[in-house]
Amino acid sequence: MENDKKIKVVITKVGLDGHDRGAKIVVSLLKEAGMEVVYLGMFNQVEDIVQAVVDEDADVLGLSYLSGEQLIFTPKIVEEMKKNELDDVLLIVGGTIPVEDIPLLEEMGVERVFRAGSLSSEFVEYIEKNIKK
Amino acid sequence: MMENNIDEMVRKLLDGDRRMLARTITLVENGRKGHRNVMRQVYPHTGKAMIVGITGAGGAGKSTLTDILIAKFRKMGKTVGVVLVDPSSPFTGGAMLGDRIRMKKHAQDKGVYIRSIASRGTMGGLSRATYDIIRIIEAFGVDIIIVETLGTGQDEIDIVHFAHTCLVVFTPGMGDDIQAMKAGILEIADLIIMNKADLEGAETFIRHLKGAVTAADIPEGAWVPKVLPSICVSDKPANIKGQDEIIEAIYEHFAFLHKSKSLDAIKFQRLELELGLILNSELQNLIFKGLKGTGLKKKYINAILGGENDPYSVVREILDTYVLHRKDA
Ligand SMILES: Nc1nc2c(ncn2[C@@H]2O[C@H](COP(=O)(O)OP(=O)(O)OP(=O)(O)O)[C@@H](O)[C@H]2O)c(=O)[nH]1
Ligand SMILES: [Mg+2]
Repeated sequence: MENDKKIKVVITKVGLDGHDRGAKIVVSLLKEAGMEVVYLGMFNQVEDIVQAVVDEDADVLGLSYLSGEQLIFTPKIVEEMKKNELDDVLLIVGGTIPVEDIPLLEEMGVERVFRAGSLSSEFVEYIEKNIKK
Repeated sequence: MMENNIDEMVRKLLDGDRRMLARTITLVENGRKGHRNVMRQVYPHTGKAMIVGITGAGGAGKSTLTDILIAKFRKMGKTVGVVLVDPSSPFTGGAMLGDRIRMKKHAQDKGVYIRSIASRGTMGGLSRATYDIIRIIEAFGVDIIIVETLGTGQDEIDIVHFAHTCLVVFTPGMGDDIQAMKAGILEIADLIIMNKADLEGAETFIRHLKGAVTAADIPEGAWVPKVLPSICVSDKPANIKGQDEIIEAIYEHFAFLHKSKSLDAIKFQRLELELGLILNSELQNLIFKGLKGTGLKKKYINAILGGENDPYSVVREILDTYVLHRKDA
């Protein structure tokens, strides 16, 4: 009972394409790795996503992109997270992300980008090693 | 966490600080240092919310119904806390918490706090942490707490002993299973909800359920479970109905509890359950702590493995040594 800390992750699909298979696969992979994963589904507002991170007291927020909104949406998330003083939450991005976007995203404040095809062991290990709480 | 940080944490929580509420829940859920202190301080501020349990099979519409009920309670000016419990994987300990998806419209409402938690190994039941979390949300100060849990109607559902009013949600497709569950349901449910009443077979199923209630041997003066139809999704908003009647029935049941003095009995049951759970975990902690470094735990397990002893005898021996004779020691 003493110190049964589980890693809590919030995952949301971002974008208007209406496909969230990739996001759901990530959710189940993280679950298989022993994490507790809140899945928010698709078509979420920036404020709602961040409020969910606050209310769930998540360790990690994962944004899943498929159709190219990452450079527009991510800075809004980062700003809203700052507003809510969520600097101890690990922000990661996944999905079909062009290589050239990675440094841009990292500059915005994303800690790590996992492109489609990343091994699950890779992001599980990354999360386990890097959570800040 | 330092003890004075805990004091500060609880003070802010009692002041209505939502972020602190979220953090306190995590601390207690994970059994982190200070969680006993938190619960001791929180306890005097609990016991004021009306607790509504919503249970039923997977996909019955519990979350969709919860979403509508939240909206209705808010319209009535009530603040609402919601605890969504999903099962942990018995193999990996991980969990997919997917109920929140259905409750998006309340994301920005300061009068609603929603928390998703994993059951962490308690089958069909709720863990000690779940009860603690409900207490913490009560202390934070909401009028109503809704607790959604998975339950098929066959296994023991702990929320019954805890909630003031318990809703069991069915769907027309489950008609075949009903026979086996009848007895159990009537013990559990204060309100039997026939959700997805837009689907075929709903009317027949409702008739069967009502028949079961009538035929049941309900003692004089006891609450008679109500069977209520509900439609939670439809292309036409006008077709969504049944939830006002559900709210009405919840209050009717609550008033009944008041009148019949059952509220005190529920409080008693609730404490009995909590005391048992706390005692279990504290005793286990204490004993394992005591065994630590003695090599005894390993010795016991090896003795069982070697066929020289069995778990029951070992536990008896441990209890004899560490607990039962403590007074004489
Ligand atoms: N036709 C119909 N579908 C409904 C109704 N209520 C809910 N649903 C649908 O049933 C599905 C499951 O709904 P949920 O609210 O997630 O069910 P749940 O009981 O919370 O499910 P779990 O938490 O996974 O056990 C969703 O696709 C809902 O849209 C209803 O009244 N009629
Ligand atoms: Mg649900």
